[in-house]
Amino acid sequence: MAQASSASLDALRSDLSQSPVSRERFANYKFYSTAVRDDVIEIPKEDIVQVLRFFKETNRFDILMDLCGSHYPERPRTFEVVYHLFSTRTFQRLRLKCQVGENESIDSAITVWKSANWFEREAWDMFGIRFNGHPNLTRLLTHHEFQGHPLRKDYDADQQQHCSSALPLHFDPSHSHLLPEAKGQNLVPLNIGPSHPSTHGTLRVMAELDGETVARANVELGFLHRCFEKMAETHPYNQVIPYTDRLNYCSAPMNNVGYCKTVERLLGVEIPEKAQAMRVILAELSRIIDHFVCIGANCVDLGALTAFFQLFTYREQVYNLFEKLCGARLTVSLTRIGGMAQDAPPGWFDDVLETCKNIRQGIDDVEGLITNNKIWIQRTQNIGAISAENAIQWGYTGPLLRATGVGLDLRKATPYYMYDQLDFDVPVGSTGDCYDRYLVRVAEMRQSLKIVEQVCKNVPAGDFTIRDKGIVLPEKKDVYGNIEGLMNHFMLVIKGLRPPVGDIYDATEAANGELGFYLVSDGSGRPYRLRVRPPCFAIYQSFPEQVTGGLLSDVISVLGSMNLIAGELDR
Amino acid sequence: MSNSVITSPNQSPNSLSAEDSNLVEASKSFAFTTRLDAIIAWGRKNSMWPMPYGTACCGIELMSVMGPKYDLARFGAEVVRFSPRQADMLVVAGTITEKMAPILVHIYEQMLDPKYVISMGACASSGGFYRAYHVLQGIDKVVPVDVFVPGCPPTPEAVLDGVMTLQRMIATNTPRPWAENWVRPSWMKTLA
Repeated sequence: MAQASSASLDALRSDLSQSPVSRERFANYKFYSTAVRDDVIEIPKEDIVQVLRFFKETNRFDILMDLCGSHYPERPRTFEVVYHLFSTRTFQRLRLKCQVGENESIDSAITVWKSANWFEREAWDMFGIRFNGHPNLTRLLTHHEFQGHPLRKDYDADQQQHCSSALPLHFDPSHSHLLPEAKGQNLVPLNIGPSHPSTHGTLRVMAELDGETVARANVELGFLHRCFEKMAETHPYNQVIPYTDRLNYCSAPMNNVGYCKTVERLLGVEIPEKAQAMRVILAELSRIIDHFVCIGANCVDLGALTAFFQLFTYREQVYNLFEKLCGARLTVSLTRIGGMAQDAPPGWFDDVLETCKNIRQGIDDVEGLITNNKIWIQRTQNIGAISAENAIQWGYTGPLLRATGVGLDLRKATPYYMYDQLDFDVPVGSTGDCYDRYLVRVAEMRQSLKIVEQVCKNVPAGDFTIRDKGIVLPEKKDVYGNIEGLMNHFMLVIKGLRPPVGDIYDATEAANGELGFYLVSDGSGRPYRLRVRPPCFAIYQSFPEQVTGGLLSDVISVLGSMNLIAGELDR
Repeated sequence: MSNSVITSPNQSPNSLSAEDSNLVEASKSFAFTTRLDAIIAWGRKNSMWPMPYGTACCGIELMSVMGPKYDLARFGAEVVRFSPRQADMLVVAGTITEKMAPILVHIYEQMLDPKYVISMGACASSGGFYRAYHVLQGIDKVVPVDVFVPGCPPTPEAVLDGVMTLQRMIATNTPRPWAENWVRPSWMKTLA
């Protein structure tokens, strides 16, 4: 790990030295830039809240992007809490690390960022890290009868524990949202889900109603917690790719791209231009079909079935493209670390252009059906409105943040692949309500079409993958045809792909917002720790606040507009 | 009505009087005879109301099955019911976690007989590639399954094939001991 320092880090150091943190402890802070130029500060756990507050109040960083734990049983203090901060102004990122021992606890960041709530609950659930001052440190993802902390290294991945019941209606004591005028009233409890048409199978919303008005609300998650992070630790790097497909399964290829990009950056490899082009096309097509599902399902929940059928016609056309490319429709797993699994068949890019034409027509048709539809407007306008400041507090990213008027898009902010050479706009809304979210999504689909068409008309020549024999399997003709190919294949399969020791956080702009991967490599053939920062996790956390005080029927509008994909929410 | 279970009167006309055989001939234009269980099975198999229990990726493919291209309506199963009391075909599409299992059992118990279960995809059938601490290793551990549809996720064609398989089972009144002898798993409590 390089212990170099970067200019941005030096600025932070001099800033922090002016802050009121204790002198003796400040001497123990470690500032360094990793080999892949991630800025890291290691600080004693006693100072964390003070430092976080300092960064937030001086407007250095305004989003707590992620908070997670990791377990290092061989260290004297076995746990590490890792904070990822992000600035929507400078797009700078910072990683803060604190060591926490087995029987120690760390102060909760909830007083600085309210979005820390669920992240800390998750860290407690997964690792048993205790956070002082957290109002509701209970299980978040695993079921309420679960014993132990599954992401600890001594917990076996396949040690299942049955659950015998479901929790009764419950509310989070940290939610102070109970309407003041509703206090003391006879409130009607209402449970929605997890098996309910508008909760899409896995979300559970609990509410207390004062007439038609929601006086208090809470959500329960974890109904689709299928242990992605543990599975990643038990599989070689390339075998993690199919698991990433199933995070946000509405736009599976995007997760492949995000994960592979992270590992490739840690390896320090640059993929060929053709692979980049194919990834951009796959990602943008995925963004379009993801928005299809979101808008279609949102309409269905509000009683408009036609748009769903209309949009699924076009979704099928994109499935056809994926099928032509690799044979799979939904979960394509088409990327490999180092490039793509295979080249596009002849004529595929022309097919994409043809499909784009159809989709453009389809979007126009659907817009004609809903954009000016009186019922649609009444059900969505001024519903779920959120201010830009509040959205940033909650850690919103993606279309929902842009609907509030913040034009943050990682494709523009910190461009990757060929996005900086492409001509596209970042659509923004103004009020952040459900209607704006819909409009932003529609506009984004048009921009994505524009991107796909630009790339398809000008596909770079060259190879679809790098040919590094330590990273990519040789072609089958070499494996069967010559001894060197066979040896390379054997070595890579037996030894596995081994990134250098170190950690990295990398993010891409997925359909729902920032999809981040925090990867820790110990130099072995499997990730030591792979943490996903799912976009809708942070967004869903604000749900109780958003719906309290509104009508019960608006709960459904807001739920649909958030595009909650249980696969990435619960992982 | 291919491979029909409905039979028209086929008695030999010789055993009837001329008047009777005329009557039989005439009746063919407006009536037919069959066995009661056969006509009930025919009705059942062509009017299965699905309860889509879509929890994950397979749920998205199930949307495609319902969608315009594959159109489950062609098999008489387009009346999607989210109330288990109104449904007779539970389609479990997606991973069922340990946390979800009690709810799945609850939903299954709420359905009225006759009821059928289709397990769509690898996760529902066996836990799939999630050999993991929070994933139920197959829904047949908690509810009786009539048809397993393989795939991750299965193609819509495979799901249609699963539905047709179930239709054949119903049409032929195939015994279903797994459903008849089903008891709730011992570890599972009744939900309030």
